[in-house]
Amino acid sequence: MVKKILANCYIYLILLVMYLPILVLIAFSFSTNDTIVLGEGGFTPGFDLYVNLFTNTAVAREIWTAMGNTLIIAIIAAVVAVVLGTLGAIGVFYSKKRTKVVVETMTQIPVANAEIVIALSLTVMFVFLGTYIFHAKLFSFWTLLIGHVVLALPFVYLSVKPKLQQMDPNLYEAALDLGAKPSQGLIKVIIPQIMPGIFSGFLLSITLSLDDYIVTEFTRGAGLLSGDAAIETLSTYIQTSLKKHTVPPELRPLTLVIFLTVLLIIIGVIVYRAQKGKTKTRKAVLDR
Amino acid sequence: MKFRFQRKYFSIPYIIFLSLFVVIPIGLIIYYAFSDSTGMLSIEAARKFFSDTTKLDVILVSLFVAIQTTLICLLIGYPLAYFLASKKYNKNAVLIMLFIMPMWINFVLRTTATRDILFAINLTGGNSPYLATLIGMVYNYLPFVILPLYTTMLKLDHSQMEAAADLGANPAQVFIKSVIPQSVPGIISAITMTLVPVMSSYVISDALSEGNVTLIGNSIYINFANYQWNNGSFTAFVLLIVVLVSMFMTRNVNKQENARGGLW
Repeated sequence: MVKKILANCYIYLILLVMYLPILVLIAFSFSTNDTIVLGEGGFTPGFDLYVNLFTNTAVAREIWTAMGNTLIIAIIAAVVAVVLGTLGAIGVFYSKKRTKVVVETMTQIPVANAEIVIALSLTVMFVFLGTYIFHAKLFSFWTLLIGHVVLALPFVYLSVKPKLQQMDPNLYEAALDLGAKPSQGLIKVIIPQIMPGIFSGFLLSITLSLDDYIVTEFTRGAGLLSGDAAIETLSTYIQTSLKKHTVPPELRPLTLVIFLTVLLIIIGVIVYRAQKGKTKTRKAVLDR
Repeated sequence: MKFRFQRKYFSIPYIIFLSLFVVIPIGLIIYYAFSDSTGMLSIEAARKFFSDTTKLDVILVSLFVAIQTTLICLLIGYPLAYFLASKKYNKNAVLIMLFIMPMWINFVLRTTATRDILFAINLTGGNSPYLATLIGMVYNYLPFVILPLYTTMLKLDHSQMEAAADLGANPAQVFIKSVIPQSVPGIISAITMTLVPVMSSYVISDALSEGNVTLIGNSIYINFANYQWNNGSFTAFVLLIVVLVSMFMTRNVNKQENARGGLW
């Protein structure tokens, strides 16, 4: 009993320490002070930061442009990675052992590699191609997209692969025997069976892309919501302002917004998976 | 002969993409690492790397920060994962979600938060850059350590532990001889989740030490910002070797233990 209490104390203590910076940031989003000062006079309550963030101020424009870019890139990169990665996993699954080994090794490289080496190798290549082959500056939305797809692609492959291994191989053959075209077999038989893997690959891609700084910094060019300026994502925007010592206090209310959004999405996914689990067991019971 | 579509052709775009944007770029890095500014083959960058004491300092500091971060994260995370995974102590499955939730919040934003709170207790990059960096690293990498440890602990063979206890082992012996050996895969993947990423990280050390602690990541970044491509590429090449060695050493560990992969 005492052990259990101690264990729980430990769990909640670490949890508290882990969330302390974010919680302090959120608490101070309700203060009008420019800097975070713990102690007397450091906290002047007010909603000014929220008003600034949600009205048409210069800072708000910068923040929402960065947010918009971040989301657009994350979604496009995730879609591309999911399509390429899923097809890749299916194709490799039906390939010879030697191809499998080669592709698996290639897949492992970006997973294990340091992010800065991935970023750098891509930059080097884009500069090389731009100087010697295309004679133009290549950095744009497209190079950024390629960078993010490289980050996410192996994880899509790795989440789809185990689902393929669990799949019933006879179903596809049966579908073909019953007159389905290979494309129909793919869409109606294989894809539905590996859907959970595709779904987690998609979420994983989004998470990786949203969180990325170094690849973005090295591969971005002008475009998207930033117009003629280099594409600013949330990460690059915050890092740039950190360097210039001009971190806008409006990021504090933004933290709360992100925190709540993430919380909602996680709860959504948990509820969705629980529901699906329930219908599955119900189906299993009915089938019997 | 009529072309007949086979399912294995689905992987062609994937293989082309990886070849173009993973394999060839790495080849270019290796080329730049072993050539000089005119593009001729040379070991100038390697010679510079090994004779430059600041580079060696950078590597030592990176190793130090990485090993310390890993150890601290393991010390905090190991008992935590054990408690979270054990039904005896914790029946709440949502709790583990709370521990890995910070992974979904933009890490530059989190680093800013850590920096703000360290600043508020007067621990800045100006007065104690090393400590600030270390705290920032632990904050950022703790979830990556907890997740693989937790996944391994869920699979612990409890009958083995009970058998050990029945045969007269005291709790400490059960822990050392049964729990720890069983959780080795989790420990290894926790180490791979922290060691190389910490050594090569850029933002955390840059933001928290205010540029006073230079890790390998910062060093490569600075090289490239100053157009010292060959030197930067050689450092990246060294890092690549470290990555390949660790890939080779952990090749038998279950790949699904990868914390990023287990996120969803």
